[in-house]
Amino acid sequence: MSEVESTFVGHPEVAARFPDLHPAFDARAAVIEANRCLNCFDAPCMGACPTHIDVPRFIKKIASGNVSGSAKTILEANVLGASCSRACPVEVLCEGSCVMHGKNEKPIEIGRLQRFAMETYYGAGGTVQLRDRKERRERVACIGAGPASLACAAELRQLGFQVTAFDRRALPGGLNTYGVAEYKLRAADSLREVAMVRGLGVEFENKEIDPTGLEDLEREFDAVFLGLGLGAMHRLAVDGAMSSCVIDALDFIAGYKTGTRLNVPPRVVVVGAGNTAIDAACAAKRLGAQSVTILYRRRRDNISAFQFEYDHAVREGVTFCWEALPKAFSTTGNGVALTCVAVSQDDAAIPVPVAGSEFTIECDAVIPAIGQSPLLELLSQARHVTLERGRVVIDRATGQTTNPRYFAGGDCVNGGREVVDAVADGKRAALGIAAWLSKRTEAHVG
Amino acid sequence: MADLTTNFAGIKCPNPFWLASAPPTNCGEQVMRAFDAGWGGAVWKTIGEPITNVSSRYSSIDWNAQRMMGLNNIELISDRPIEVNLREITEVKRRYPKHAVIASLMVESKRETWHEIVKRAEGAGADGLELNFGCPHGMSERGMGSAVGQVPEYAQMITEWVKEAARTPVLVKLTPNISDIRVVARAAKRAKADGLSAINTINSITGIDLDTFEPRPNVDGKSSHGGYCGPAVKPIALNMVQQVNSDMVDGPPIPMSGIGGVSNWRDAAEFILMGCGTVQVCTAAMHYGYRIVEDMIDGLSNWMDEKGFVTIDDFRGKSLAKVTEWKHLNLNYRIVAQIDQALCIGCQLCHIACWDGAHQ
Repeated sequence: MSEVESTFVGHPEVAARFPDLHPAFDARAAVIEANRCLNCFDAPCMGACPTHIDVPRFIKKIASGNVSGSAKTILEANVLGASCSRACPVEVLCEGSCVMHGKNEKPIEIGRLQRFAMETYYGAGGTVQLRDRKERRERVACIGAGPASLACAAELRQLGFQVTAFDRRALPGGLNTYGVAEYKLRAADSLREVAMVRGLGVEFENKEIDPTGLEDLEREFDAVFLGLGLGAMHRLAVDGAMSSCVIDALDFIAGYKTGTRLNVPPRVVVVGAGNTAIDAACAAKRLGAQSVTILYRRRRDNISAFQFEYDHAVREGVTFCWEALPKAFSTTGNGVALTCVAVSQDDAAIPVPVAGSEFTIECDAVIPAIGQSPLLELLSQARHVTLERGRVVIDRATGQTTNPRYFAGGDCVNGGREVVDAVADGKRAALGIAAWLSKRTEAHVG
Repeated sequence: MADLTTNFAGIKCPNPFWLASAPPTNCGEQVMRAFDAGWGGAVWKTIGEPITNVSSRYSSIDWNAQRMMGLNNIELISDRPIEVNLREITEVKRRYPKHAVIASLMVESKRETWHEIVKRAEGAGADGLELNFGCPHGMSERGMGSAVGQVPEYAQMITEWVKEAARTPVLVKLTPNISDIRVVARAAKRAKADGLSAINTINSITGIDLDTFEPRPNVDGKSSHGGYCGPAVKPIALNMVQQVNSDMVDGPPIPMSGIGGVSNWRDAAEFILMGCGTVQVCTAAMHYGYRIVEDMIDGLSNWMDEKGFVTIDDFRGKSLAKVTEWKHLNLNYRIVAQIDQALCIGCQLCHIACWDGAHQ
């Protein structure tokens, strides 16, 4: 596969409609903010980061003017430090744990400082550097080229192993490239990180691996890392759900990020109230929809989206319709009629439709965002890899599955969490793979 | 209600806030605007044979992204003709008779030359004279400024010449670039000076450009030591002022105009508590403008009201008796950190301060 990431050019229309949600720090503002950091001795922000970036260290390097040292400190812990600085929900991770909260002061803006260090470093031509180590001949295959696999592959290269990452999509990077709202993380930024990982010597192949393919891989590779993510989005269980007016949220987001879906009809309904639903709703608004309504079967308090994501959607002009279920579509002369029913819920119970409460929403497009299904097809036949509720079962310390040759991490293990969780999983699995391969080699030699 | 009117060595003014001899007192138009803003007095930018000032004159120390913790200059004395300065002094005094205008003087070390400049400055209407024995750069290489201030015999001799001719109070401005500032203060006392000003700026190189290896202040690739001032020098100034104001050698202390990092009313109150009759300000006025004097007056007045002080003399020098030699300190007095768990935010800096920063 050629270096596809270097040929990708973002669509100017997308760049214009999805400018950065949070402005970047300029150098002076970054130093001022860095100097606010107390440099805690045993910093809680570091513990709150799944990849345990040494936050006070990288911040104090910004304060001293050692920005390349700062970026390298971040990369040491997290090879996707640039995308994490943009995509992480810092409010609930590092910044949420900042001791400044205890002083009734604004937490240190760790996310923006990390972004400043990474973007300054990459902007000046900095790269991820290979450690001084010996090359090893063992080969590892990573299935999927999203954050978990990228982190795993990068760490394996740092340990000397030969790595190839396989992805069914044209561009590597997984949800970083195709799924994160563009005003948080541009596809081009994700691809720059892919280029860094490629620079470490990771091979990328655009190839979908099926169960027979796995068998072939076992002949070629000493170990396999499963960083597959999740499967297709859940379909709406309503009559007429196959209507051409229905676009699943991830396809919709991937479409506009790659510049292939820039037209959105005037009236859009998004079903579901998780973070992906918010991303899709805000994107629809920015792409020109006049009205965007989020339909959710529970109440405001029950949504799975973060509070700041909900607030953002409100600011973007998205409206919410609570305690309602879609029931049926019918095509009208002028778009779609979405028949809904009101539901009542006890806090513990599944919402129950209220008889006779049907109402109709006229719209032009419906975007379901009600979660992704697990990738059962491939994994259920995958060489004695045990699943539980659709998730790969692993040993938490090593990422190893029930088939010792297979390791796993990211969404296919945790059911769908943050980029930074996937990075942590991938890196941990790389260390697990290295330990397992070393032990195996010793046994052979012995 | 606090009364800030001041009589300093016979020089009367509405308040103890003076602008120091520096760019903000370069001409009459500036001094009059400063008086309109509320300044009680101004020490005119040093008058002497006009010299050429260069354009690259300053270098700032920024600290933790705060601008101008300290400021360094290699500026020289007034670059305007003596007669222009004197004519403007006359104009300012005519319009602002109640404000203090002090002429800062620096001429070559000849008795007649000093007599002449003294007579001309007083003839123009100056309320007092300040002898610039402190300028640490440029002029000192020409045998003036700190070249005089570092040699007590010279300082005494020139002060005596000035006193022969002067009818107004004579202040001697002291340089800190000397191992014991009291030595020159005593020389001034022996010469019957009416008062002192301290401190002048401190010899300094503010830093080095790590790309070009050129130190700052940078003048076309070369550097030279400049005078350091601004908030950073205040602790040094307070110590030197205390030393001079507590010194009984060659007679009791004489009036002192405190200088060195005075930026607000709190700094001014501290210099007055250390015995000063007035304070002089430059860096803060250059940084933020003449307007800063409004809060200096307001803040000091409010503080005096709170403390029950009516005049400046009510609290002047109150802290002098609280400075002593180390051997007289109570060695049994202990200060031990108290950790209040209820106030802890978890930064654990107390842990590192104790573990690494204290005797183990």
